[in-house]
Amino acid sequence: METERPLHAIVRNARHGLLCMLLCSVETAGCTSSASNPVGVRDVILAGSTSIQPFAERWAEVYRGGRVTVQAGGSTAGIKAAHDGTADFGMSSRLLRAAESDGLLQTIVARDGIALIVHASNPVHALTLAQLRAVYAGEIANWRALGGADAPITVITREEGSGTRETFQEIVMGTTSVIDAGALVTAYSGGLRKMVAEDRNAIGYVTFSQLNAEVHALALDGVLPTEATIANGVYRLQRPFLFLSKGSPTGSAAEFLRFVLSADGQAIARAEGLAPVTVQ
Amino acid sequence: MNIRLPERVVERLLLASATSALAILALITVFIFREGLPVLLDKGLFSFIGGMRWAPSSGEYGLLPMIVGSALVTLGALVLGLPLGLACAITLAEMTPSRVRMVLKPTIELLAGVPSVVYGFIGMEVLVPLIRESPVLGGPGYSVLAASVILAIMVLPTIVAVSIDAIEAVPRGFRDGSLALGATQWQTITGVVLPAARSGIVAAVILGIGRAVGETMAVIMVAGNSVRLPHSLLDPVRTLTANIALEMGYASGPHAQALFATGIVLFVISLCLNELAGRARRRLPARVLSPPPALTTAQARVELMRGTPDGARELA
Amino acid sequence: MNPSSMGGPADQATAPRLAPRVVQRAARMAMWSATALTVGVLVFVIVFVMRRGLGAISWEFLRESPRRSGAEGGIFSTIVSTLYVTAAAIMVATPLGLGAAIYLAEYTVDSRFSRLIRRGTDGLAGIPSIIFGLFGFAFFVTALGLGWSILSGGLTLAAMILPTVIRTSEEALRTVPREYRHVARSLGATKWDAIRSVVLPVAAPGIMTGIVLGVGRAVSETAAVIFTAGVALRVPTSVFDSARTMSVHFYTLTMEGISDSQAYGTAAVLLVTILVINVAAYTLMHRFTRSLR
Repeated sequence: METERPLHAIVRNARHGLLCMLLCSVETAGCTSSASNPVGVRDVILAGSTSIQPFAERWAEVYRGGRVTVQAGGSTAGIKAAHDGTADFGMSSRLLRAAESDGLLQTIVARDGIALIVHASNPVHALTLAQLRAVYAGEIANWRALGGADAPITVITREEGSGTRETFQEIVMGTTSVIDAGALVTAYSGGLRKMVAEDRNAIGYVTFSQLNAEVHALALDGVLPTEATIANGVYRLQRPFLFLSKGSPTGSAAEFLRFVLSADGQAIARAEGLAPVTVQ
Repeated sequence: MNIRLPERVVERLLLASATSALAILALITVFIFREGLPVLLDKGLFSFIGGMRWAPSSGEYGLLPMIVGSALVTLGALVLGLPLGLACAITLAEMTPSRVRMVLKPTIELLAGVPSVVYGFIGMEVLVPLIRESPVLGGPGYSVLAASVILAIMVLPTIVAVSIDAIEAVPRGFRDGSLALGATQWQTITGVVLPAARSGIVAAVILGIGRAVGETMAVIMVAGNSVRLPHSLLDPVRTLTANIALEMGYASGPHAQALFATGIVLFVISLCLNELAGRARRRLPARVLSPPPALTTAQARVELMRGTPDGARELA
Repeated sequence: MNPSSMGGPADQATAPRLAPRVVQRAARMAMWSATALTVGVLVFVIVFVMRRGLGAISWEFLRESPRRSGAEGGIFSTIVSTLYVTAAAIMVATPLGLGAAIYLAEYTVDSRFSRLIRRGTDGLAGIPSIIFGLFGFAFFVTALGLGWSILSGGLTLAAMILPTVIRTSEEALRTVPREYRHVARSLGATKWDAIRSVVLPVAAPGIMTGIVLGVGRAVSETAAVIFTAGVALRVPTSVFDSARTMSVHFYTLTMEGISDSQAYGTAAVLLVTILVINVAAYTLMHRFTRSLR
């Protein structure tokens, strides 16, 4: 999923957003269309967040009600596409700013948790949000201050521009703190997990679906990230996956949204490592 | 006139293809500058290349840590790679029977053919843990040191090939004279051959620098990519190339422009290095004395495998 | 020059003092150790990759396309992608590069113009591959609207290997003795006829060497391709399809920590390919230089 990233994401660099979105639809059309459309039914078009895209493609693949085209472009492009009506649904993996939300219906289709991970042998199992902020701001530099061994903390972060980093910055660092410039940077969440798995002093954050036995997740303010705690919002470090439409969706678009929110649709999200919107 | 027309058409076509490299160079210049110049002008060249903070999300674009980073890993690569490369060149050009050389030379050239991602991978799998777990070294492993070692290996073939060419271009009479005066082979090498091959070796060093500065993938995999001036060799570091490749994925708007602007800086550095190497090579006196070597020269092949700038000679 | 005639004990016997002889010995040892170390590095790289990678290679690994982002399955689609992207690069770079070389070697004398071209070629050769990636993205992918595709990747790579194709071809042409041309011309051939029917066939193995090594570079390149050909994992069906080459696939497998065994397997296939290409180039060059002797 994340491996597809450069391909879809680079589009955002382009000045000519529309041109690039067209290109991108050429790229993805082949693998996102499922059944052929009944006569008179046009494609449902999704555009936006590269984080949501792989999941949207998965939904499109399974959906039998007609053809669904998924285009990348980033959250901002997704919001714009929803406003323009270029897409039936704009996809955003960040909350909308006040000026952006005007006239848009926002539907949360899944939630993506961001897990804090450390080496499997690390005795530290929980942090408060304040501690975490201090670690990433470079104010706490030794595990001893957190109840661990006397060893320097290897802080690992994602690169500037990554949606995961944006969410982390927003929720953990807030507007006042910044991630320490001395932190190691990688552009791949799987690679970040590997770095943490190999360095017993490392800490990092990855999207929930990347969590596995090589590393262990930290509780944040006493809450471990699980499907349930992400779904009910108790685990704070998470972002919503939003479908944006200009007013209530109708026709084939409404049908697709119903499918996404249905038990089947949400089961797909869960299978892919997302938390469902309604606990089932 | 009619009979000669095809000849002229052919010549025109050939002329057109001859200008292709220039045309591409011009296109690259235009497009890199078109994308990168706005942010450069907006922030001011000085604050862009002299700025200490790189935080695109808050609109700060300071490239100094990356410029220093590129300089440091390159210096490290040279410190490790130059003595080794020069020693190889001396061995191959002066101390080896031709039969052994016929095996050794292509073997060393093969180092240039190994994809850079493979070097980066070995750096991640072997070197980084080695540094991290070592009681003497320590730190996160992803470091100036790791990047320097990997780059040293990657610049070796360039340094060896260009140096060999330079050493071989020294006329044989120089050596014979020295040996006849009773100097040992080593005295001849250090006293006569190397000084005579000096500008060629300078060219080798500059081309090695160009190679180290331009390497992307291997560095990104082992350097750690922190945007801070390192305090020691064991600290992580980010290079100009890594900055581009690392953040290209999600960058948009001014952020993307800033990455192209990083490209402008890198582009200008490469052109300058190339010009310097060209000048060093043009000063090579041996060229006048000996005919251009045949195609078998190692440089042509290394260059092809790696895209290192130019061979150690120009055709008269 | 025959170095073996210079280093033997005979030299040392004529050395006037003991110290230089000791230095000579020590230096010789140091030089050889350095060479051994260098060769050792290469051997280490190859053994390290092959020991873990060869086991992962099987008929299925080569014949099946990657599944689950490359965690399972083989690398078939990336092999096909590599072939296509490389072929596109060679098909563009060869005529342009060869044309330029013929012009430089046969149609010009050392003039301001030819010096300008050489300078441009040198300049192009020295540009880091990531810059080609940026350029290819801005020009082919975006401005020309080719998208991430085999075409964009191939054209970018063509630009990258062009200087080297020009230079090897020019050198190969210049190595062909002048008399060949004189004879052809004296038999009434036009200049182009002489080049086409006499010079080019003789220089062919030398030119081929350049092309084969260009293939090697295209195969091992990552930075310039990842931003131009993209990373799509399926088997490409047209030149407008996005394609993930072996090198890019290997990079992704490693950086995403997807699967070590798959990564080693891919690296082993890459290395074997590079080895074969180098041996081929070496053989060609050998034949070429011998044919002119």
